[in-house]
This record gives sequence, structure tokens and C-alpha cells, in this order.
Amino acid sequence: MGKFRVVHYINQFFGQIGGEEKADIPPQDREGALGPGMAFNASFSGEAEIVGTVICGDSYFNEHQEEAITDILERIKKYNPDLVIAGPAFNAGRYGMACGSVCKAVREALNIPAVTGMFIENPGVEVYKKDVYIIETAGSAAGMREAVPKMAKLALKLVKGEQIGTPQEEGYIPRGIRKNVFAEEYGAKRAVDMLIKKLKGEPFTTEYPMPDFDRVTPAPAVKDLSKAKVALVTSGGIVPKGNPDKIEASSASKYGKYDIEGVEYLTPEKYQTAHGGYDPTYANQDPNRVLPVDVMRELEKEGVIGKLHRYYYATVGNGTSVANARRFAQEIAKELVADGVQAVILTST
Amino acid sequence: MVKELERAGLPTTHICTIVPISMTVGANRIVPAVAIPHPLGNPSLTREQEKSLRRKLVLKALKALTLDVERQTVFEDGV
Repeated sequence: MGKFRVVHYINQFFGQIGGEEKADIPPQDREGALGPGMAFNASFSGEAEIVGTVICGDSYFNEHQEEAITDILERIKKYNPDLVIAGPAFNAGRYGMACGSVCKAVREALNIPAVTGMFIENPGVEVYKKDVYIIETAGSAAGMREAVPKMAKLALKLVKGEQIGTPQEEGYIPRGIRKNVFAEEYGAKRAVDMLIKKLKGEPFTTEYPMPDFDRVTPAPAVKDLSKAKVALVTSGGIVPKGNPDKIEASSASKYGKYDIEGVEYLTPEKYQTAHGGYDPTYANQDPNRVLPVDVMRELEKEGVIGKLHRYYYATVGNGTSVANARRFAQEIAKELVADGVQAVILTST
Repeated sequence: MVKELERAGLPTTHICTIVPISMTVGANRIVPAVAIPHPLGNPSLTREQEKSLRRKLVLKALKALTLDVERQTVFEDGV
């Protein structure tokens, strides 16, 4: 029997086309393996081979999802594959969304297995973990060497129709699927054993982790906007020129608070973006494209809103940990409430 | 971040390009934006057109703040 035919989906960066300035390129494809595809070929140890690589810019994919996915599926189909590999995307949010979406579409439309890899906090995980196998990876491409063999191994098992082990055994993110298994001990005994361990303060593994539904009840609406003080917050990294607080271009560990008293609009001479996860050209030309100070001032003058809050808050939402983002916003919220702000517009890139 | 702001009782509109991410994160009031590198702008328009586009988006976001919502709501065109 010949080798299994594999198509590999990657973004513009791993496709060696370019960085953020090329993130808007539409799908294209090449014969054979490219970039991380070489490592996959090595890991397949002769059982499978990448016959084609489909590349798409991360921004293009997320901004034109339907067209992109149709185009990508056509390109994948052309190679007549038995299997599709996407990524790994690590903690790149747009890339993760693309990889998850491609894998889901491949399974549904082409009815062949697909595997991707992501860091646990990648937004693509929450959206696609139920539909596709996502191998858990490190947060950055430094984890490529551990990620590739796990993805390749699971992919080979899937394409050969072999039994897939538990998430712990295979290294994929739990998909919320329950399977009946035979246990050594009966349920009551296992539950009491667990309870005793818990009482003793010893580590134990639950058999049924509680799902984490962290949803917030919507805050009540603003009654009268024309009397309300509204604040602007952004994860798009708009900061005063020179980035005085040195907010990191990715994995931000801090946020900034900036006085815009008397500022009518943001000029490229005085403001810029510190975000390293999108092409900064447009935000640097006109920062109001990310943080709409110009329009908010207009609406303040017209009396549509009571007042634009004197300070805006900014951080960089690019691989920033959920824990940090939560802490930033808790601190920001506390200050905003203390300052009498009644509503917020938060912009994200 | 939107979730923590709302948790503190501040109605918050999230203007963002990738709506599925905003939904997953748990934003309650969502206004879809133009594009990732320019959520509230469009460099292919004239300055005036671009500003009027931005004004529309901001007005939509403000409108969302004045409406009581019971669950996550995406404010599409015309809302």
C-alpha cells in the first residue's frame, strides 16, 4: 500500500510569504511540504507524506471566512488527500480560528480526518474543540518539536482507523465526549476513595470535571446617554508615541492609562500602536481607526453622550494570558466605577 | 476584558472584527467591525467617508449600551 496523502494548512508566516504585512493574502497552494511540513514528513516515518500545502493570510481568513473556507476546501480537494493537518497555531488567535475552521470543514465536507494543534488559551480551542482533534501545544513556535510528533501520531491513528485513546494518552484537548469503559472498582468505592483523598488533602483526579460556564449577566442599559460619562478601552495597543509604558507587542503584562483631556482626535505624530499581532500601517496612519477619539469628541459636542471620560485605557491583546487580561480589566473597572463612568466601548483588532 | 467590565456593572460594547472570538470570550453587546488592522476605519475610502463609517459604528455601539439585553447580542446592520 502507498503512503497516505496529506494536505497541510498553514498561515502566511509559516508559509514563508511574510509577516503581518502579508496577513491579508488570499488562499494559495503549493505542491509538497513547506516549513513545518518538513517536520511532519519526518514524523510520518514513511507512512504518510504531505503532497500539498495550502496557505492563507490570517487576517484574510478571519475577515472573509466563508469565501476563504470554500476556496481552501477546493484547493485541498485537488490533492485528493486522505488526511489534513493544520498548523500548529500555538497561541496565535487568528491562526487558531483558521486551523479549527479548516479542520471542521474538512471533516464535514470531505469526510476525512483532520488534526490541528493549539495552546490551551488560543480562542480557537473554545470554538472548535468539540468538533476537531486539537493537540495541546506550547504557547509559541518554540514548542514545534514537541507538537509535531504528537499531531503526526494522532493523525496516523485516525487515518488508519485505529482506536483513539483518552485526551491524556494522546495529548489532545478534551472534546466533551463520554465513552463507556470498564473500571477495576465499582463506582461507590471509587467515590469514597476520592473523598478520603480529598479529606486528607491528597491529590486526586475527578472522573467528571465540572464544566466552566463563566458567563456574565449583561449589565443594565444606560438610561440617558446624553448624561452619561463613557470611557474608551482598547486591546488594539493604541498608546502615546514612543509607548511610554513599554507595553509588550505580544503577551502583554501591563496596560496603560492615558489622559486625552483636550485631545480632539488622535494624530499619527502623537499616537501609535504597540500591537505586534496585526499590520500596524493603518493604525499608525490614523490611530482613530482603532480608538475612535475623533468621533467620540464630536458626539460629546453634539450632546449625544454626556462626556468622554478623561482617560482611556489600552493594552495589547496578542497572546496575552487570560489571567492577565482579567486582572487588567478588574483594575480598570474599579477605577472607571470610582470615576463615575457609566458605560464603556472596548475596541479590539 | 469585556466580561470583567460588565461584571463590575459597566455596560460595555465590544467593537471587534472576529465576532466568534468575542462570543466565546463572553461579551454581551457586540458590534462587528470593519477589519482586523483597522476595526473602525477603511483606508480605501476618502477621509470623510471613513469618518462617517466610523461614526456609524460608534453610534451603533452607543445604541447597544442603551438597550437592555438578556443574552449575548450581536448588533448587525440596521439594529
